[in-house]
Amino acid sequence: MAAHVNEVVLPGDILQELSDSEQYPKLRLGPGLRIDVDNVVVCKCGILRFREPSVFWVDTHQKRYVPVKGENILGIVISKAGDVFKVDIGSSEMATLSYLAFEGATKRNRPNVQIGDLIYGKLLVANKDMEPEIVCIDSTGRSSGLGVISGGFMFKCSLGLVRKIVSPDCQLMKLLGKHMPYETAVGLNGRIWIKAKTLSHTIAISNAVCCAEYMSKKQTEVMVKQIVSSQWT
Amino acid sequence: MAAGMGEGVHSERESGRAHLSKHLMQMKFMQRRQDNENKVEFEESQQRRIDETHWVIDVPELTAKQNRYSLEPSHIACECLKFGRMSFKGFNPAIEKIMKTYDTEQELELAEEREKEIAVSDDEMAKRYDSLIGTVGKKFVKKRHRSSADNEVEAKKSKLGFLKPSDD
Repeated sequence: MAAHVNEVVLPGDILQELSDSEQYPKLRLGPGLRIDVDNVVVCKCGILRFREPSVFWVDTHQKRYVPVKGENILGIVISKAGDVFKVDIGSSEMATLSYLAFEGATKRNRPNVQIGDLIYGKLLVANKDMEPEIVCIDSTGRSSGLGVISGGFMFKCSLGLVRKIVSPDCQLMKLLGKHMPYETAVGLNGRIWIKAKTLSHTIAISNAVCCAEYMSKKQTEVMVKQIVSSQWT
Repeated sequence: MAAGMGEGVHSERESGRAHLSKHLMQMKFMQRRQDNENKVEFEESQQRRIDETHWVIDVPELTAKQNRYSLEPSHIACECLKFGRMSFKGFNPAIEKIMKTYDTEQELELAEEREKEIAVSDDEMAKRYDSLIGTVGKKFVKKRHRSSADNEVEAKKSKLGFLKPSDD
């Protein structure tokens, strides 16, 4: 494994070992790394991460969302303009959402979307020169979990926390789900929506999520146990 | 002009392939074919001349190292992030169904990967059996006949090659 993995890197650092080493015939560079002529250069500050076989990226703490194609996000409808909705997704620019990009929507049969509605969508166009566009259907035309979300409670948090929650080795949501029935939508733009049966459940879950940002596996387990015991008494 | 070129081709063919009789070459269908061949050759030479007169800038090769890197703009692919909608304890059955399909997909992928590691590839299998043919065959042949048996195998192999029928 190359040096600097799991170490702090800063913008402008050149990862000479990566471009020189013969260990990786093919390198996949994730967010935070870019190519400058022949060098791999860091462009975000954070911790350099590595995953088999040859994926490198920088794990950053960030609150401003920069749209990336294919990511699932939570947005709020701001305005209706003709045949598109403007949706606030927390990025520098509003995203557009066509009214035809819903399951079962046709020109005649418009989806029932009001200003202020919460939308779980997927970024179809995310490009630094164009305004982002989101859709609420997949390539087969089905919604598969995307669309307008009603009820519940949405709160904002850092992008790192959101990634942690949906990473495969984080058990927080599952552990909470063992003790109370609830539903959640996690947007990679730093927004989390929760819907539970009672108000106290919602509060407990949102608090647990907010606290979990810098916790280890063991610590989250302990926290969940505490929350559950306080709920029952 | 055309006739002259035709003769040139003809003489070339004489040296390469078996000679066809003059009468045969004068028949209409043979002529037609010959004309076609001439045409193609003429076009090719023309094309070659054009290509040679074209200007080409000598640029040092830049693309050689570029394809070693592939950029992955999203964290989803890097960290194998899960789908963001989840439901627990039957709160939203529709979402739980979707979760299940995602889980089985992932499991299948993992299983496939594991299988790839364990299983023998087709190429390896073929190589192994290829090398076995001779050795296993030897076992059933007496020592005295061993050398002759080898020769037989070789003879069989050479027989399998394509035999070109003679022209005449």
